[in-house]
Amino acid sequence: MVEHRPFTDFIAYAILTLGVFIVAFPVYLALIASTHDAATVVGGHMPASPGSQTLENYYRAVFVGGSRTSREPVANMLINSFVSAIGIALGKIFISILSAYAVVYFRFPFRKTAFWIIFITLMLPVEVRIYPTYKVVADLKMLDTYAGLILPLIASATGTLLFRQFFMTVPDELLEASRIDGAGPFRFFWDTLLPLSITTIAALFVIQFIYGWNQYLWPLLITTKDSMQTIVIGIKKMLVTSDELAEWQLAMATAVLAMLPPVAVVIFMQRLFVRGLVQTEK
Amino acid sequence: MEKSTVFNNRLLPYLLLLPQLVITVVFFYWPASQAIWQSFLREDAFGLVSEFVGLENYQALFAQPEYYRSMLTTVIFSTLVAALSLSIALLFATQADKNLKAAPAYKTLMIWPYAVAPAVAGVLWFFMFQPSLGMLSRPLRGMGLDWNPLLNENHAMILVVMAAVWKQISYNFLFFLAGLQAIPRSVLEAGAIDGARPLRRFWTITFPLLSPTTFFLLVVNIVYVFFDTFGIIDAVTGGGPAGATTTMVYKVYADGRLGGDLGGSAAQSVILMIIVIALTAIQFRYVERKVQY
Repeated sequence: MVEHRPFTDFIAYAILTLGVFIVAFPVYLALIASTHDAATVVGGHMPASPGSQTLENYYRAVFVGGSRTSREPVANMLINSFVSAIGIALGKIFISILSAYAVVYFRFPFRKTAFWIIFITLMLPVEVRIYPTYKVVADLKMLDTYAGLILPLIASATGTLLFRQFFMTVPDELLEASRIDGAGPFRFFWDTLLPLSITTIAALFVIQFIYGWNQYLWPLLITTKDSMQTIVIGIKKMLVTSDELAEWQLAMATAVLAMLPPVAVVIFMQRLFVRGLVQTEK
Repeated sequence: MEKSTVFNNRLLPYLLLLPQLVITVVFFYWPASQAIWQSFLREDAFGLVSEFVGLENYQALFAQPEYYRSMLTTVIFSTLVAALSLSIALLFATQADKNLKAAPAYKTLMIWPYAVAPAVAGVLWFFMFQPSLGMLSRPLRGMGLDWNPLLNENHAMILVVMAAVWKQISYNFLFFLAGLQAIPRSVLEAGAIDGARPLRRFWTITFPLLSPTTFFLLVVNIVYVFFDTFGIIDAVTGGGPAGATTTMVYKVYADGRLGGDLGGSAAQSVILMIIVIALTAIQFRYVERKVQY
């Protein structure tokens, strides 16, 4: 800023600290709740400091599962979440880098049409066409499968637009040089374009991993077996009984586990995350 | 903008496009057209016979008081969430834009809730405000307020709004901060030399220069409230009490699944599609190329 006065700095620090506190408080309470026994949490007089049941709660949540509504161990849900999130991220990258390559580096009839067919999908999230999509997936016998969890969510234009935008910034001289060296479309893609795209791929991966991990409505609809449910669905299922009977300490331990992977991705890959977020929304 | 040097293969580009086109047609165009088609059909209770009924599903929908209610709920919900999350995020972003030593650390500490799933955010907030065991319900009751989001419609709405705002602040903060950092210092210095105080500089220089970012975020936030908050609503209130937090998207889900009214649900899907297309068109018409990062 233009002026630099200790007082305005103090105000700024105070406001930001308050912000960080607001942002962190709900998660802090979940962490605390996951360390106490059931009676302490349900009693309504939970202390603001950690309890002694941490290991028991997490052990039960991860390997045993709840004893009431949801008996599925969280370890299994974590595997489902990892498989579908990574599948969505890699699937989107795979189909979109190929289609962007075709649209940017080739001239062929219906090129514009193909681009628009893909582009329009940007506008309609899966939420507005859930039941017909459910029917398609059911007809294809993909209910309760990883393919059913993954494929409908990778039909989207964000990746194609992002790669198209990046390919446009790659200098034409690179392609000319490769062609003089006798490289065809495969060699150029593999040896030149792909290495240049690594950062874009990584940024897209980070964003799509978070997107895939946090899916709710779609997995809720197409998983009927408990063994296929993702962790985000699992938490909700632990809480479907009346609130006094729900095993809140296990639900909160599960919530902490559900937040851990995507939050770690944001914190440790912050630069890629910011880059991906800004680029995919453009 | 087009490449001047390209490959001449005839078949290869179609093969490269094939995976994406197949997935898009099977999981996007086919279901979307089914939704449009279904919105003109009525199925019997067992889903065995369906007859073409023209616009009857739409007429039935617009004769339903609940549908208008869900529209109103959606408008109230999106206005509150967008207004609150944008202004709170702008306040934090302007502070983080000052030349503070710890600014990068604060940035990291502000952006991570983006990664929390909406449904998980809903569960966290419900846990704090659950009437009997919530840590923050007791002080509210202590103040003489009969706090109960499970029974009181306004309380339920407040709780859902808080969870949705909490989740969205990080996203808005990140884009506002990028927008603020893109404003040239020289413009602000010129304002300062002319004698404008910080608050006046904010309203006459910073805020107008930030308007493309603000407008972009406004559209993104409305789309967020429409779709991504489904998980929050389902986890916190399940659309209740008495439909007080049933947004239009939630109603599509509830009518199709619990009510089994697929035709009506499809008609609602079609209306939602039209709204989203309009929003996206506005975004592209007015925002494209004007937002600077």
